[in-house]
Amino acid sequence: MTAAPRARSGENGGERGTLSLNGVTRRFGDYTAVDNVSFEVAAGELLALVGASGSGKTTTLRIAAGYETPDSGTVTLGGKDITRVPPERRGFGMVFQHYALFPHMPVEQNVAFGLEARGVNKVDRLVKARAALASVGLEGAGSRPIQSLSGGEQQRVALARAMVIEPQALLLDEPLSNLDPTLRQSTRDDLRAMLRRVGVPALFVTHDQEDAFAIADRIALLKKGKLLQCGTPEDLYYAPVSREVAAFIGRGSIVAAEDGGEKAKVTIGGVSRELAVTRPKDAASKIERAFVVLRPDALELSRGASVLAWRGRVTNRRFAGGMEVYRVELSDGVTVEVESNTANVHEDDAVSVSPLKGPFPLVPG
Amino acid sequence: MTSKQRQNWIIAVPVIALLLWSVIYPNVAVIVGSFENGLGYWREFIASPADREALRTSLVISVASVFASLAIGVPLAFLLGRFEFPGRRLLRAVATLPAALPPLVGVIAFLFLYGESGVVTRAIQRAFGMAEAPWRLQGVGAIVFVHAYTMYVYVFLFVSAGLERFDATLDEAASGLGASNLQRLRRVTLPLLMPAVAGSALLVFMNALGSFSAPYVFGGGLRVLSTQILASKTNGAMGLAYVETTVLALSAVAGLALFRWLERKRKYTLSSKGGRVRKTIRSRKIQILTTIFAAVVVVALVLPHLMVVLVSFARDGSWTTQVLPPEYTLENYRRLFSESELWRPIYNSVSMALIATAANLVVCFVAAYLIVFRRFSGRGLLELLVALPWAIPATAIALGLAATFNRNDPATARVLLVGTFWILPLAYFIRDIPLVASAVESSLRQMDASLEDAARGLGASWLMTMRRVIIPAARPGLVAGGLLAAVTAVGEFVASVVLYTHSNRPISMEILAQLRALAFGTAAAYSVLLIGLVLMMTLMARSFEERLA
Repeated sequence: MTAAPRARSGENGGERGTLSLNGVTRRFGDYTAVDNVSFEVAAGELLALVGASGSGKTTTLRIAAGYETPDSGTVTLGGKDITRVPPERRGFGMVFQHYALFPHMPVEQNVAFGLEARGVNKVDRLVKARAALASVGLEGAGSRPIQSLSGGEQQRVALARAMVIEPQALLLDEPLSNLDPTLRQSTRDDLRAMLRRVGVPALFVTHDQEDAFAIADRIALLKKGKLLQCGTPEDLYYAPVSREVAAFIGRGSIVAAEDGGEKAKVTIGGVSRELAVTRPKDAASKIERAFVVLRPDALELSRGASVLAWRGRVTNRRFAGGMEVYRVELSDGVTVEVESNTANVHEDDAVSVSPLKGPFPLVPG
Repeated sequence: MTSKQRQNWIIAVPVIALLLWSVIYPNVAVIVGSFENGLGYWREFIASPADREALRTSLVISVASVFASLAIGVPLAFLLGRFEFPGRRLLRAVATLPAALPPLVGVIAFLFLYGESGVVTRAIQRAFGMAEAPWRLQGVGAIVFVHAYTMYVYVFLFVSAGLERFDATLDEAASGLGASNLQRLRRVTLPLLMPAVAGSALLVFMNALGSFSAPYVFGGGLRVLSTQILASKTNGAMGLAYVETTVLALSAVAGLALFRWLERKRKYTLSSKGGRVRKTIRSRKIQILTTIFAAVVVVALVLPHLMVVLVSFARDGSWTTQVLPPEYTLENYRRLFSESELWRPIYNSVSMALIATAANLVVCFVAAYLIVFRRFSGRGLLELLVALPWAIPATAIALGLAATFNRNDPATARVLLVGTFWILPLAYFIRDIPLVASAVESSLRQMDASLEDAARGLGASWLMTMRRVIIPAARPGLVAGGLLAAVTAVGEFVASVVLYTHSNRPISMEILAQLRALAFGTAAAYSVLLIGLVLMMTLMARSFEERLA
């Protein structure tokens, strides 16, 4: 279940080329930035580290890169312990958040820098740098100064610089956060394609779950230094392991439920509905304080009151391109959002809300 | 992490040791020396009427200099920052010119202009048919006059910067709320400018307290702390000199502490969106008055420089009772470069300045690198060490060196430098540490810290990272700081007068000697040489700073 779709074989850390963090902890004074985090990234796999700011995702990435040494735990590559190998001898390619391109060198010297450090002669490194630039769609840009590049071009130069050294792993810190929204969409696809081609473990940090969904094979969700869940985007969306994961991933309201195994009973304003649920792996056979996640696309809405539905009042309505999203205040202080094509419902209208399609994620509270 | 900490210390220890030895040790030696005789020297200091007078005069001059500088600097900053009028650009261009005068040269220019036989003095005397000069350029008034001319620049620059960052919308908001011009000035503008005014006032105070050249030349019989130190040393009363130096240095360091505290206390930063539009003065009458005023200020600011240039062409000994020197010649300049006795000081100053600056570049680069990029427990100490020489008056630094490096004694880390060539380069090096370090620091702060990480991640060794990434980033600061340090060292006077010997005498001492021999033309020619160097290097430094921004 946790193995990446494209990971070629095995799930143990001993596999050749797999990057793994094992029980890694990093403290700064009293503050624990990363708390006993473990995961692995197979060769050719893309793993996104997702979390809010302060969740420890960047520190985790820096530990993987060797810029931070964990207080406990180990980092291994292909089964070899590299915890104390300094970054300059790890041979990883890293793309920094603001790209960290050397402002006093033209594009091709930036790209060739890693080869220069490896003692590659001038002619060879320029040939390779130009090839790397071509592979990111920047043929002929080699002599341009860094300052003349757009944000998207800088990002690709940074990527070329990281890939030209034939890295053992690729690490990217918020690779898309400096791009404007329209560029971001197209860059996601390019980035995924390029990272795939390299065929090494790729680990990237993002605070944007849409970026993570679009690019990653698997997602590791961090909060306050702890790993909450690591799995495919579908796992996190449809089968969150905890209320915290459900609250972070996707939109949706989390409401109390009575766990009945295959189904769960949700009672709002005296109206009870039985919902088909997905249970987290390793969950107890009966969860005492259980909640279900009601996503906007899994609910439907109709005008007026209906006996079998949850009744409420529309407090807000916004157009979301091809559909409306209604915010509906139900009884018992529950508020849900519902996607609907019904256009003739207005703010302050009385409406009925009922489950449209399941199964609904069930999580412990 | 531990290996990185170890590396930090391996780099930091030699630099910190060198700074402790050159910056702290001499000052500690002075303080210890002041207690050599128990409290004896201190009692002597307190009982001495001369010292009490010196202390009081120093304070009076410093306070008066602050008020005079504020009176010139604040209105000028407002006028240039807020109003548009014919001649504004010219006035703005020359407003900082006094800062380009080496200390002794400024004093000499004033002597040529306003001294008893100065051009302005004589002209007024002739015009009104007076039997005697209308004033004597001597005493507290004369010193404050010179201070106001050279030190108002601090006030002007601070307040101008404050006005520039001032958010114009604040003013608009206040007037939208119905505040009158005067209410806006009193309730919005001035309170927001207070930190700039207070900071610059403190700078002027510290500079005036440590000032040496003006009291030395114009003091007459007047005593101030800095000149009193030299007098005590010359008289062989080293114990008393130590006490006087301690008092001077400690009050200056207290001033620095206060200045830092003020800077930290500033709670809000002023941020501006775009440039503020200057008001064009509408009333024709006021416009004309403003322009005339601007013209007068421009002339007053440029006159000292012009005067030095003029006198540098005067034949030595020809200028006696005339308003202007009567005979002109190129001889003075020719002699500077052809007579070995006159060429010697130029050679001395330039070579000592180059040695000092080279040392500054190496030491300050390492210090700035550690301060900007490395987190380790010695960082605070390092920051203090590179800032201190800025606060300690040059006279105190020089006396410390004289008291410390006067014999060879490996056990106490003393080396005999007094009386040798090397004592002046050391003094110049110490004085220029803050200048170079802060220039390099500001360059490095503009560098994205992740560049160093990026270089290492790409496999670069520590040495390659330095050579290819850090030093190129520091280059604008190294060049600008180095140029300014070199030029300051070439014209240095205050520490030189305490420490020079005949064989390593610098330009400033030769100017003084020529002046005493009434060879005004030669003294002025040296001065023009210094001014030319200052202007050239300042312009070069500024163009590098612009490239940095």
